Amino acid sequence: MSSPRTTHAIRFPHRHLLGIKDLSATDIDQILDLADSYVELNRQVEKKQNLLRGRTLINLFFEASTRTQSSFELAGKRLGADVLNMAVSNSALKKGETLIDTAMTLNALRPDLLVVRHPDSGAVELLAQKVDCAVINAGDGSNEHPTQALLDALTIRRRRGSLQGLLVAICGDILHSRVARSNIYLLNRMGARVRVVAPPTLLPAHIGRLGVEVHHDMRAGLQDVDIVMMLRLQQERMHGAFVPSLREYFHFHGLDYEKLSRAKPDALIMHPGPMNRGVEIDSEVADDIDRSVIREQVEMGVAVRLAVLDLLSRNLPVNSPAAGAK
Amino acid sequence: MNTAAASHKSVSGTHLTAYVNARMVDPATGYDGPGELLTQGGLIVDAGPGLFPDGTPEGCEIIDCAGQVLCPGLIDMKVFAGEPGAEHKETLESASLAAAAGGVTTIITMPNTEPVIDDISLVEFLKRRARFGALVNVHPMAAATQGLKGLGMSEIGLMRQAGAVAFTDGVQAVANAVLMRRLLSYASRYDALIVQHLEEPTLAEGGCMNEGEIATRLGLAGIPDAAETIMLERDLRLVELTGARYHAEQLSCAASVEIMRQAKRQGLPVSCGVSAAHLALNENDIGSYRTFFKLSPPLRREEDRVALVAGVADGVIDVIVSGHNPQDQESKRLPFAQAATGGVGLETLLSVALICFHDGHVSLPELLARMTINPARLLGLPGGKLARGQPADLLVFNPGKTWVVTGSALRSKSKNTPFEDRHLQGVVMRTVVSGETVFIREEI
Repeated sequence: MSSPRTTHAIRFPHRHLLGIKDLSATDIDQILDLADSYVELNRQVEKKQNLLRGRTLINLFFEASTRTQSSFELAGKRLGADVLNMAVSNSALKKGETLIDTAMTLNALRPDLLVVRHPDSGAVELLAQKVDCAVINAGDGSNEHPTQALLDALTIRRRRGSLQGLLVAICGDILHSRVARSNIYLLNRMGARVRVVAPPTLLPAHIGRLGVEVHHDMRAGLQDVDIVMMLRLQQERMHGAFVPSLREYFHFHGLDYEKLSRAKPDALIMHPGPMNRGVEIDSEVADDIDRSVIREQVEMGVAVRLAVLDLLSRNLPVNSPAAGAK
Repeated sequence: MNTAAASHKSVSGTHLTAYVNARMVDPATGYDGPGELLTQGGLIVDAGPGLFPDGTPEGCEIIDCAGQVLCPGLIDMKVFAGEPGAEHKETLESASLAAAAGGVTTIITMPNTEPVIDDISLVEFLKRRARFGALVNVHPMAAATQGLKGLGMSEIGLMRQAGAVAFTDGVQAVANAVLMRRLLSYASRYDALIVQHLEEPTLAEGGCMNEGEIATRLGLAGIPDAAETIMLERDLRLVELTGARYHAEQLSCAASVEIMRQAKRQGLPVSCGVSAAHLALNENDIGSYRTFFKLSPPLRREEDRVALVAGVADGVIDVIVSGHNPQDQESKRLPFAQAATGGVGLETLLSVALICFHDGHVSLPELLARMTINPARLLGLPGGKLARGQPADLLVFNPGKTWVVTGSALRSKSKNTPFEDRHLQGVVMRTVVSGETVFIREEI
């Protein structure tokens, strides 16, 4: 039995994982260290553990997702949990209205771990106040997507050894991005320097107050950076509302080799996916095996989610309250 | 005074009440000192110091104010009372109970109801419902445009005759400039006040709090100051064009206070209001998505709150409202962006406004003027002053006494107060409407 749990006895000081905002550098290191050991487990033939045997994990997605949901599902199953995927149809009419009701229903199902994605900022926190189990934020509105920032950090750390002192450029639709916010908080906390690069229409007000350098020009923004993080541009924002056209966006903000040449020669290219090839990133750059770590990010995603489930499960009650107790 | 006192005795058959031993505050004259007041039936007979040198008139009921403040009852210019259409959140009766407990003797209801108050029959309906169900005076504001759609004028003249005291589209602005121009000129013919909600709709679209660092940190779409100032500046130019009276319902930011200061210096016939909540709270109170602090206009920065208090102190801001907006749990226990805006405020209006007085920014008569004589003048209503012939709408309160706000103890049907657990100073002891005591605090 080669359990990857080297930090076995250490308690994780949080009941839920709602955002990077709540985590200290020590918390982040604890997650990343454990995730690191899970990477090896994932590469073995026998991947199954029984840490979460008897536990129920519910994936509650109010917004469609492929990779995050499947990543959590896989992580839950590898740890031996029973995994239930619930997709809540998001008809505009009923949007948000049933959140508290949903929480009540879920409590009756007695899950131990709940993974939630919701289109509204703060919705996962609201749900966490109303349910009895541990809650993991899998993305809420434009607020946070903590496991994405953690898997990005793990990817970088494995390539560079440490986040300390690195210069990271986050490029694209910062305004609507929960990935950008979680990454800004995490990178700052771990001693990296962060730049955001975007047209002014895709930057939120006073973003500089979050501790980032603001650039509107890709060439200047990418100068000497160690890491280039590209963000997805949503279709509905491309045609006139925030930027004039796809063509113009790619011309000034799409990552191609010419713009990339400003970054350090060994700069890593990252993207949370799914990519719009030819919109925010040139296809060849995305597939460059020397520079792009986009596929590695997906692999690290499973490891990080294994670590998060592991750590939060250590705080779960050992015996559920007696059945029938009100 | 002596002649008045003498004349008291000659009146018979109607109930006389003397309020003695009071610190009398009359915002209309600025008087703040010892005084007595005599009412007969529903009207004030006389008021002033040393009113009863030979003792109170025979057979007269005596109310000892025990040295506490006696002033005109408050007039609240912005109240959502639920009726018709949202009786599960509030009714005129429950709103009036809250008003009475808050020292408010007159409420002005907003037309954003279901159906919208845009027809004389609905104005009459409200007045009739209020007559039979409400403890305090109720005067409706009616819709400025038909169905609040912002496309065509409502029947301003007819509704004015039926008793609508002002015209507004309530929670949304009249955005169309030419329609606003015509509303202003048309309404002036009936001396009807146009009241504007300052929010340029396209700039505010999707926004749910003040635009700035905190909104960015919370991942929430913001509403910039400019959504308010653009609408205000535009309207002021239309007031120049028409010469008509205009009231900006609620300012929320420092820039608007400055714009109004200039407009008044210029002599334009304009006035403006602020909510008590905006004088006491700022965007930081939202904390971690606390929807009870989601208001419209939004709470803004601390600098803005300070500027609003200064605006009240130097007279740029004419009116303080509660903005009383009852919302049930189902409307507030939602993700922030989905949650309804507004907070209840009738019962906390006085105590929250008094923070400006206790902090030394404004005198008591000046502060009370913004909730009594000023709205009365703007709306052409009686009351708001302690003078012969005025309605006996009165308030007795202890300005220094502390209480703690408990949502569940509020009289409003809805409990969405942004002041939950706050310690406030200023306790209403007695509220009188048309000479009848409608609220009295027993415990003390």
